[in-house]
Amino acid sequence: MRTIYLDHAATTAVDPRVLEAMLPVFTEVYGNASSMHHVGQAARKLVEEAREKVAKAIGAAPGEIYFTSGGTEADNLAVLGVAEAMASRKGKHLITTGIEHHAIFNSFAWLKENGFEISELPVDQFGMVNPADLEKAIRPDTILVSIMHANNEIGTIQPIAELGLICKAHKITFHVDAVQTVGHLPIDVNAMNIDLLSMSAHKFYGPKGVGALYLRRGVRIKPHLHGGEQEKGLRPGTENVPGIVGLGRAIEIAVAEMAEENAREAALRDQLIAGLLKIPDVRLNGHPTRRLSSNVNVSIAYIEGESILLSLDLQGICASSGSACASGSLEPSHVLLAIGLDHPTAHGSLRLTLGRENTAEDVDFVLQVMPEIVQRLRKMSPIYPENLRK
Amino acid sequence: MQYTEKVMDHFQHPRNMGQIENPSGVGEVGNAVCGDIMRIYLTVENNVITDIKFQTYGCGAAVATTSQLTEMVKGKTLEEALKITNADVAKELGGLPPVKLHCSNLAADALKVAIENYQQNLKQEKESVKNAESR
Repeated sequence: MRTIYLDHAATTAVDPRVLEAMLPVFTEVYGNASSMHHVGQAARKLVEEAREKVAKAIGAAPGEIYFTSGGTEADNLAVLGVAEAMASRKGKHLITTGIEHHAIFNSFAWLKENGFEISELPVDQFGMVNPADLEKAIRPDTILVSIMHANNEIGTIQPIAELGLICKAHKITFHVDAVQTVGHLPIDVNAMNIDLLSMSAHKFYGPKGVGALYLRRGVRIKPHLHGGEQEKGLRPGTENVPGIVGLGRAIEIAVAEMAEENAREAALRDQLIAGLLKIPDVRLNGHPTRRLSSNVNVSIAYIEGESILLSLDLQGICASSGSACASGSLEPSHVLLAIGLDHPTAHGSLRLTLGRENTAEDVDFVLQVMPEIVQRLRKMSPIYPENLRK
Repeated sequence: MQYTEKVMDHFQHPRNMGQIENPSGVGEVGNAVCGDIMRIYLTVENNVITDIKFQTYGCGAAVATTSQLTEMVKGKTLEEALKITNADVAKELGGLPPVKLHCSNLAADALKVAIENYQQNLKQEKESVKNAESR
């Protein structure tokens, strides 16, 4: 059975060119980047080259890039680090949205439990934040605004430059969780008025276990790990040199190939959406146009997401769902509820995220098997209108 | 999340799926808000379940547990069928992931509701016969 991987928002395969750059770092350039000797300094050189590549990709200076263990750590460091640094100076009020990733969502929940005040901006039916709502939520004691660039579930892209401008006008630190967009959308931290930005290598064909935080020079922040002086003391711990090298190479390739790959994926995405919407009682979740070129998210009425995932997997297709059953919790995705879906519609969600290896044949195959899967599950469903007893 | 082979087999090839025309009893548990609804249709003859069918809206575990239950109770007396618990169904499937044990394993509950519905129908039938005779 052929595998059709359509879960690139969850993770991507490491690009062979990235792996090629990483391999010698495990066995040849294996030094500790903090060591004074030449073996250590060879590793240091690679780390600094990667830092330059990351900085260049987002319009930052190399000294503003801090390597972390991934997106979650970068998000936690940004939110908790700024909150702690600013609480005694300006206040304890922070602003975020109702559709953030759990790395942000749960960091804010922790802050709330610990005496901070959080304002959660609403989103519209497409998952868009209205800049006017941000303007209204800002208070004299607001210390941080954290808004994701594009949503991991529904793919909606926020007006980050506009939101950043509002933060800048009010002199409020602005953090952007860009885990889904680095390497996929053009980013310029200056043009977009971003003060902190999180990324994760495995979302753009780099290795897992490595990410980075962009921190604008002069922004106040406190570390959350306590150890040595690595990453200027902000993120101590021996550098993951192979991972960092992989991150650097992956971002370099992704940015160089971005425009072409986005156009190719967007065509597949539109073909997939159009085909899925031909099935009766299927709706598109997320924004019709302002969405990642890789993201398709639909709700299929009268059936449940995990059942769809299992059925697709039996055909070799890997997908994802915001249904409660698939997440191991009792509530469906907070993102789908935030855009106004009722529980049954959220339970019936299906996310297909495209990537470099996907082809038009993959899309054709999905569209060929989906109607049969939907029909089979609906035939079994006591809430499908045709099954209701007279 | 890992399902046993037996769970996947029931999910792929559900046994006794569908509806019964003029059933002796029907039982439904769960709701669409939770993401699980199970409906069971029974035909009862001389206190024995001679036919059983189900419809399920829900995850793999929900489908598999209802399918498994129908196999376990077909041909049993009502008393025997009522002794089967959700835990028995999960055990017969070779176990379920812990998170599924309580939220999607409701088939035995649906069966109980269906049997109660049958008993109520039976009572009403007897009363209407009695009323007709006394007129």
